Amino acid sequence: MVSRGQKFLERFYIGFVFFLLYAPILILIVCSFNASKARTVWGGFTFNWYVSLAQNEEVMAAVRTSLVLTFSAALIATILGTLACIGMTVMKKNSQSAIMSVTNIPMLNADIVTGIAIMLLFVRFAGLGMMSMLAAHITLGVPYVILNVMPKLKQTNRSAYEAALDLGATPTYAFRKIVLPDIMPGVLSGFLLAFTISLDDFVITYFTKGPGINTISTMIYQQVRRGINPEMYALSTILFLVILVFLWIVNRIQNDEPQAAEAQAKGKVAA
Amino acid sequence: MQAKELIHLENISKSFDGELVLDELDLTIRENEFLTLLGPSGCGKSTTLRILGGFILPDKGRVIFDGQDITNTPPNKRNLNTVFQKYSLFPHMNVEDNIAFGLRIAGKSDAYIKDKIKYALKLVNLDGFEKRSPLLLSGGQQQRIAIARAIVNEPRVLLLDEPLGALDLKLRQDMQYELIRLKNELGITFVYVTHDQEEALTMSDTVVVMNQGYIQQMGTPEDIYNEPENAFVADFIGDSNIIDGIMIRDRKVEILGVTFDCVDTGFGEYKPVDVVIRPEDVVLLDPGKGSMDGVVSHIIFKGVHYEMEVTAGGFDWLVQSTVGHPVGTPVGIWVDPYNIQIMNKPESDDEKAVGVEE
Amino acid sequence: MTKRKMLAGPYLVWAAGFIILPLFMILLYGFTSEDGGFTFSNIAAIADPIHLSALGQSIVIAAGSTVISLLVSYPLAYILSKRTSGKTSTVIMMFILPMWINFMLRVLALQMILANTGILNGILGFFGLEPLHILYSRKAILIGMTYDYLPFMILPLYNAMCKIDRDLVDAAADLGAGRFIIFSKVILPLSMPGVISGIIMVFIPSISEFAIADILGGSKILLIGNVIEQEFNLTNNWNLGSGLSLVLMLFIFGSMAVMNKTDADQEGQLLW
Repeated sequence: MVSRGQKFLERFYIGFVFFLLYAPILILIVCSFNASKARTVWGGFTFNWYVSLAQNEEVMAAVRTSLVLTFSAALIATILGTLACIGMTVMKKNSQSAIMSVTNIPMLNADIVTGIAIMLLFVRFAGLGMMSMLAAHITLGVPYVILNVMPKLKQTNRSAYEAALDLGATPTYAFRKIVLPDIMPGVLSGFLLAFTISLDDFVITYFTKGPGINTISTMIYQQVRRGINPEMYALSTILFLVILVFLWIVNRIQNDEPQAAEAQAKGKVAA
Repeated sequence: MQAKELIHLENISKSFDGELVLDELDLTIRENEFLTLLGPSGCGKSTTLRILGGFILPDKGRVIFDGQDITNTPPNKRNLNTVFQKYSLFPHMNVEDNIAFGLRIAGKSDAYIKDKIKYALKLVNLDGFEKRSPLLLSGGQQQRIAIARAIVNEPRVLLLDEPLGALDLKLRQDMQYELIRLKNELGITFVYVTHDQEEALTMSDTVVVMNQGYIQQMGTPEDIYNEPENAFVADFIGDSNIIDGIMIRDRKVEILGVTFDCVDTGFGEYKPVDVVIRPEDVVLLDPGKGSMDGVVSHIIFKGVHYEMEVTAGGFDWLVQSTVGHPVGTPVGIWVDPYNIQIMNKPESDDEKAVGVEE
Repeated sequence: MTKRKMLAGPYLVWAAGFIILPLFMILLYGFTSEDGGFTFSNIAAIADPIHLSALGQSIVIAAGSTVISLLVSYPLAYILSKRTSGKTSTVIMMFILPMWINFMLRVLALQMILANTGILNGILGFFGLEPLHILYSRKAILIGMTYDYLPFMILPLYNAMCKIDRDLVDAAADLGAGRFIIFSKVILPLSMPGVISGIIMVFIPSISEFAIADILGGSKILLIGNVIEQEFNLTNNWNLGSGLSLVLMLFIFGSMAVMNKTDADQEGQLLW
């Protein structure tokens, strides 16, 4: 019962916002293949920027740092967070909600404050370096792991667990065989989320990084201030594709639940 | 005496995603009638109601309301109101604002609206609930508010889409009496959709049994129950023994190798038919005294009667009786000829819809 | 059962060490002077005209980008929520995908477009139009923040609208409501929780932003985030930086509490 004109208008609007969101990204990708350094001139197709990117030691160092940092932070955050969730399920409601409010702080607080706070701690007691970055990234990642695992743990079919006990399983065995497989998707998407958040972070890394160490984000920041370098476009394109694949996997795991997407986004706010 | 015709659904067809939900449905609803669309889920009864309400357009056919074609009239311009399955009360408004919603749109005066709300709440036995939030009401109360919200607009027809489905048994029974009382007080037409045969039989003037987009039978509750026209209706309305039989000639039918007397005629000779016998119509006698002998194989006590299974002639007969016999008791089976219903077997694909689905 | 509780132990220690303790460090720095004595001056420094104007600019720009995002996203979310086909979830994924692309890269992309010799002026020049000087202005920061945070507004709005029972729309129509009344009396009030959380999700990160202002605003425009960043990395007055961070944090949690209160008032009626 919707008129044709209205339908057209709606489609046009969807397309318009879509264009606004993707035009800048598309331009980045196009420029990464542009032989000319000038943004407005098409100097022919080239892979040169990708080649020189691979040969740029500074960039490669940043990529390595990012990968090592991100992977270890996500892994540790996933272990800490999953164990915390399991422990929390047998706690009283009050203790649970107290822990959850503390957990929410890094997510809700401005990144700049979180970054500064952790920096102050490390400067006072240990000094800045890879360890301070790692600690900051783990702290940033745990809330997202908990956010993903907790709902799964609460959904877990309690009667299946009790049935296992009834059939003679020890609590540990029942947990391993019944509960763990059930929450595995949550654990996995928690890990991937922590990974992406960490990879994407700029502000917290900026404050907690040691001298001379750069992640991809902080390196781009420095490069952009120095002047545009087309190698950055090439790097952007690669990162875009990597993120695309990652999100596709997370999405597959979460079965297109919009709620899950909102949890992702809520998490993303702080990042 | 037939009341005036109010609504006529004329050869309505509707399909969703290529699946035919209604097929050339033709239905007449009379003024001041309590008409129930009854059938299993997916039979097209809710689609019929939504076409009446104006929420979906039929692919084919017309909706005539009081002599006027309203097929393309949007819901907000129709003089009928709906009580939705999940009540659909506006959660962000209190009871009063919910009930006033339609009246405010119609531009009624505040004094009139106030009076109307009071009257409607009294009618549904919820005086003084004006300021409550619908979310804090019980299912039964929400249901009454939904009804109040619909009837204050003085519709000619009230459409009710399985309104009692979410209530528990006791409340459902109370609401059935309430609905009958309401209908009598308001003097308007009710079109009611349900899959609950007991609800349909209790409240309706007319029952329309539907399956797979076709009307299977339409009539008074008594007609539908006592003289089901096909095996589907017989099976759907109450429990039945549905047995393959052969019509030997008029008034003689062979069931499970035994010839029974019946009252049906005009089926021809040696014609395969479906025979329907209600469990309460099967009379148990001493062995040898009935038309055939069998043995009680199951018995459960149901409160007002015993329900037994009697194996006789290779068929498990469902029998209801106030007298119970222990399992293993040999019995004779007898059925009054008037209580034997003969039905044609479905022949074409179209008629498959009337087949009994196990 | 206590054994299971112990599993939360490592995280509790971690949270105490890296969430609670750092906040105490900020408090410690914020309430002491450089020689270590207790002072309120770092907090009171927000009243300094430079800091106050930075905070004011931050609020104006953050509010501006929040309002623009809301105006752009609301119709979009409404249109998307009306389409019920299975394709919608893919479509909505497409709209929130950009927020997963590295924040710095998105800012970089905007810089390319808005620069004086950038894509936008290239296109304008092609049509013989006057070039625009957007980069290094407040406008550029506003565009940057809106672009960066738009998906955060779209998603909660979309989710809130999807939760609205379609039967309520039918019910309103059944009671005589036309399109306008359905929108103003049913859709709009019921989508309020989404509006609120969208506002929070855009406003909070915008207000503390410093990198966007740095890259797109040049060093001409100081937001409160830039002031704090410079206290740490340029002037090295960590106590002052901490004091201002505390003010910012208070401001954020304060505005969040106000929004959540509004949300809770709504929510009270919205319990299903």
